[in-house]
Amino acid sequence: MEINLKEEEIEQIVQDVAALYGYDFSGYSKASLKRRLQRLLTLDNFHSFAEFRHKVTTDDGYIGRVVEEISVNVTEMLRDPSLYKVIREKIIPLLATYPFIRIWHAGCSTGEEVYSMAILLKEAGLLHKSLLYGTDINPTVLEKARKGIFPVSAMQQYSKNYIAAGGMADFSSYYTAHYSLAKFDESLSQKMVFSTHNLVSDFSFNSFQLIFCRNVLIYFDKPLQARVLDVFDSSLELFGFLVLGAKESLRFSPVVSRYRQIEGREKIWKKIA
Amino acid sequence: MEKNSLKHITKLVAIGGSAGSLQVLLRLFSQIPSGFSIPFLVVLHRNVQYESALEELLATRTALRVKEVEEKEKIQAGHVYICPPDYHVLVEKNHSFSLDYSEKVNFSRPSIDVVFKSAAEAYKSHLVALLLSGANADGATGLLHVRQHKGITVVQSPDEAEVSYMPQQAIQLVKPHYVLGFNDMVLFMQGLLLQGQAS
Ligand SMILES: C[S@@+](CC[C@H](N)C(=O)[O-])C[C@H]1O[C@@H](n2cnc3c(N)ncnc32)[C@H](O)[C@@H]1O
Repeated sequence: MEINLKEEEIEQIVQDVAALYGYDFSGYSKASLKRRLQRLLTLDNFHSFAEFRHKVTTDDGYIGRVVEEISVNVTEMLRDPSLYKVIREKIIPLLATYPFIRIWHAGCSTGEEVYSMAILLKEAGLLHKSLLYGTDINPTVLEKARKGIFPVSAMQQYSKNYIAAGGMADFSSYYTAHYSLAKFDESLSQKMVFSTHNLVSDFSFNSFQLIFCRNVLIYFDKPLQARVLDVFDSSLELFGFLVLGAKESLRFSPVVSRYRQIEGREKIWKKIA
Repeated sequence: MEKNSLKHITKLVAIGGSAGSLQVLLRLFSQIPSGFSIPFLVVLHRNVQYESALEELLATRTALRVKEVEEKEKIQAGHVYICPPDYHVLVEKNHSFSLDYSEKVNFSRPSIDVVFKSAAEAYKSHLVALLLSGANADGATGLLHVRQHKGITVVQSPDEAEVSYMPQQAIQLVKPHYVLGFNDMVLFMQGLLLQGQAS
């Protein structure tokens, strides 16, 4: 039977985790946090909140698991193909004018988004002068991202996305299939740097012409969203681009006045001031 | 009767459906009076490709304001909120929405269970949850949650449902308060409106 966590219990564990391990989840959407914690309690067979709290507060090896399960790591290559089509046609030609291209994927999870972008850059003949930074709060997903190994079962969908995003090559030329796994070409991963970065507490670490942060802000409350958008704002060069998830927007954020959404319905904003 | 007591004043109507539910939903909304102020939250399994077609379709049937759920948006009277394709929708205790891109539930995203469960926790006895036709078991567990949180549970009569599997699963698991054919569903909704005016 599922344990029904009370609001106070969730607050308690959020405080414990912040105090003991420095991960602050207090600005996360309450409903999602509750759902993830309940799921963790069920998966790991806890019989009560007290038992769970005891584990979290006394076993410092367990926090990795907590972070992993609270953060939702679902992702896809070339998700929202129409977005990547616009990036290919409108953004990449502008990036081409820079001597050196720096891109940041914040909350990149297992890296599918980073590999997607690398493929586009490679096809535009720009990968050699690009560097793609992938960051996430969860070190486990970054380990997977570095390897560039994804389930072969997803390739059919990714190949469809690739074609819908205007891809002309044979998508399977980018990976080698081995049983149930597809390993992506090292010419792609060579241009990637993966590192942990917590959007709640860490700051800007470089300047970029393009920043992706897709399907991460939906988990944050408004004040935390504002904090994160500030970090992006101070990391983005003038005339650089910020790419958000399909259901996210700059519309109500304090930085919006310095950005203009590019024409069409894609969630891409250009920094104009 | 218990549903007429004050603690049951309905503040949100959540409607879930899958295969065969679209036509019922459209017919139902064409019968809901324009003064209906209780907000609706509609979660249908749909093909990602169809994009916003559902909003447009529904808007032709009702004078209520139909719109897609936006993250952090406050739930307001007179609105029909539609769950966007490929995201889960969670209802927050402060009566706003959160979107979530986590694993599919019952092969579905959005999942009816996810919506019903979080809405049940946020609205408790002030929630009405209605489950329509479908070929999937999604919604049954959510409906049970609604019932456990003292919300009112309604299921489309399997005899009338285009695909009876989903209503049947829910009826088996939940013993819903009402199992209704189309005409009774319309009457039920009109009853909610009257209850709103009386309060
Ligand atoms: C749903 S995934 C999105 C992956 C990818 N961007 C996409 O749209 O497909 C959300 C990611 O955000 C990460 N995340 C959550 N909180 C974070 C934080 N405070 N700092 C950095 N990353 C975070 C999670 O670990 C997860 O990998």
